[in-house]
Amino acid sequence: MLVIQDLHVYYGAIRALDGISIEVKEGEIVTMIGANGAGKSTTMRTLSGLVRPRSGAVMFEGKALHLLPAHEIVALGISQSPEGRRVFANMSVRENLELGGYVHYKKKAQIAEDMDRAFTLFPRLKEREAQLAGTLSGGEQQMLAIGRALMSRPRLLLLDEPSLGLAPFLVQTIFQIIRDINKTGVTILLVEQNANQALRVAHRGYVLETGRVVLADTAANLLSNDEVRQAYLGE
Amino acid sequence: MQALVQTLIYGVETGAIYALIALGYTMVYGVLRLINFAHGDVYMIGAFVGFFACTQWLPFKDLSQHPEAAMLNVVLALVTLLLSMLICALLGITIERFAYRPLRNGFRNADAHFWGFVIALPVTAFAGAMTTTKRQGVFLFAGVVIGFIMRPVMAYLAKRIKPSGSRLNALITAIGVSLMLENGGINIFGADPKFIPDILPKRQFNLFGLVFDSSGLIILAIAAILMALLRYIVLYTRPGKAMRAISHDIDAAKLMGINTDRVISFTFALGASLAGAAGFMVAAFTNIKVVPLFGLQPGLKAFVAAVLGGAGNIPGATLGGLIMGVVESLVASKFPQWRDAVAFILLIVILLVRPAGLLGKNTAEKV
Ligand SMILES: Nc1ncnc2c1ncn2[C@@H]1O[C@H](COP(=O)(O)OP(=O)(O)OP(=O)(O)O)[C@@H](O)[C@H]1O
Ligand SMILES: [Mg+2]
Repeated sequence: MLVIQDLHVYYGAIRALDGISIEVKEGEIVTMIGANGAGKSTTMRTLSGLVRPRSGAVMFEGKALHLLPAHEIVALGISQSPEGRRVFANMSVRENLELGGYVHYKKKAQIAEDMDRAFTLFPRLKEREAQLAGTLSGGEQQMLAIGRALMSRPRLLLLDEPSLGLAPFLVQTIFQIIRDINKTGVTILLVEQNANQALRVAHRGYVLETGRVVLADTAANLLSNDEVRQAYLGE
Repeated sequence: MQALVQTLIYGVETGAIYALIALGYTMVYGVLRLINFAHGDVYMIGAFVGFFACTQWLPFKDLSQHPEAAMLNVVLALVTLLLSMLICALLGITIERFAYRPLRNGFRNADAHFWGFVIALPVTAFAGAMTTTKRQGVFLFAGVVIGFIMRPVMAYLAKRIKPSGSRLNALITAIGVSLMLENGGINIFGADPKFIPDILPKRQFNLFGLVFDSSGLIILAIAAILMALLRYIVLYTRPGKAMRAISHDIDAAKLMGINTDRVISFTFALGASLAGAAGFMVAAFTNIKVVPLFGLQPGLKAFVAAVLGGAGNIPGATLGGLIMGVVESLVASKFPQWRDAVAFILLIVILLVRPAGLLGKNTAEKV
């Protein structure tokens, strides 16, 4: 479904990605783990068209994403819940969700349906429907960011640190929700600091170090890999 | 007392004009964090469109000779208002498309086409002017041909032109566009002041011992209608919501699937059309003459009004404009020589006391 080939990305003179190749197959949950600054968010931002690679390619079902503007990538069926949530603080929860369905603006019924689905997924959002997103708690904002990303009915969902700043029991809930979303047929690329949890939900994983993939394997193998256990699972 | 109230009324009228212009500054600042210094000149173009429509393009009747034609003139004045807004909107879109967008996104093939002609046509026109031949058409034709030939050359160069995120580059470009419009205006329209004759019947109303001027009321009414429309667009329509999303976080807006370039274009069109309306109304309903530097002072003052209200804040721009107009007319009624200094004193004060502006907030983001 998604093939990333030898991606090199720079911020000015700073090299963030040094030749990354990753593949995501339809129906999978794939996770990227790695230390701070390894280039996980940069990979996600490149997939969504927010940064342009210096070289390399991103192919999604045969289309070259790295040549498309960001809004066309969303229209193709890829949406992202970005690192740090980035909700529209000065708009209500409802307006945020509506913007998530921006590409489907003509399908009023579909948007209403999807909004209901987001509210069933996160009942807390329903209670705060008319509240400004900036006044939500961190965890509620995270739910909003995920709910908003689902509104465009993505076939590939990019989640950048969805459990960041959440209370432990909420972390469990979020990972359960990720599983549920995946079961409805949405392919997921997941970036996580919480490597343990991420590897438990994912089918396969990639380990990134300073802009390179250093390990790629099934999630189960990575979980039992000694190096991974030492470096990322804190054992 | 009466004189004071009268001054206040006059201030609100001037303030409504500043507010209309300030809205364009603040909306563009909101989406691009750019101070579009060419905005005051868009206001000037609005005034010129008004001038040409009223004196040449449209069949306005001289009311002193045909008093029965008042209704016709009212309709034509509305047409002129819309025409000024439309032409300014197109100008705003053009400025964004060819001056600011290449800076933001880099130079694309479509830009190469445009700049090929921009370089070729003046050169051949100049060559045509230097020769004495009557067949100027040949030079025009040559210009078009060379323009087409320039395209691949420009497209080749285009690959070498990288986008620039630098604020300073954008600011310098804005000043460049402003100078181009002002001097282009002098070149094309001439520097002599133009005057729009009275196109609408002038009346004065006495209410509670105060004198209301029909022209002032027209300005106020139209400004109010336009601002209400703008409010509706920004709060409830799809492009309006997209605009607010971009103002808050342009990358997040892109992740929603918003075509940011198109919405930015729309923002320029909206702001420029308000400036165009203001330009026409000032030219037609006050005794200020139309010259190519018509937009300089009001442009600067409206910019201050936008900062005063909080750059990027739409209600703030309206408030800032009104305060600006009232303070200016209060000061001018006592110390006329200080009229134009008011704006800059206000600017200094606001930057010292509340740099985010009256309604602007420095919100802390949750991380
Ligand atoms: N806007 C930017 N300008 C300059 N350098 C940047 C920018 N964004 C990221 N970088 C650099 O690129 C590298 C990769 O950053 P990235 O955000 O992709 O890391 P990450 O793996 O997501 O880290 P974290 O786990 O901390 O989120 C880092 O060295 C970072 O300093
Ligand atoms: Mg990151």
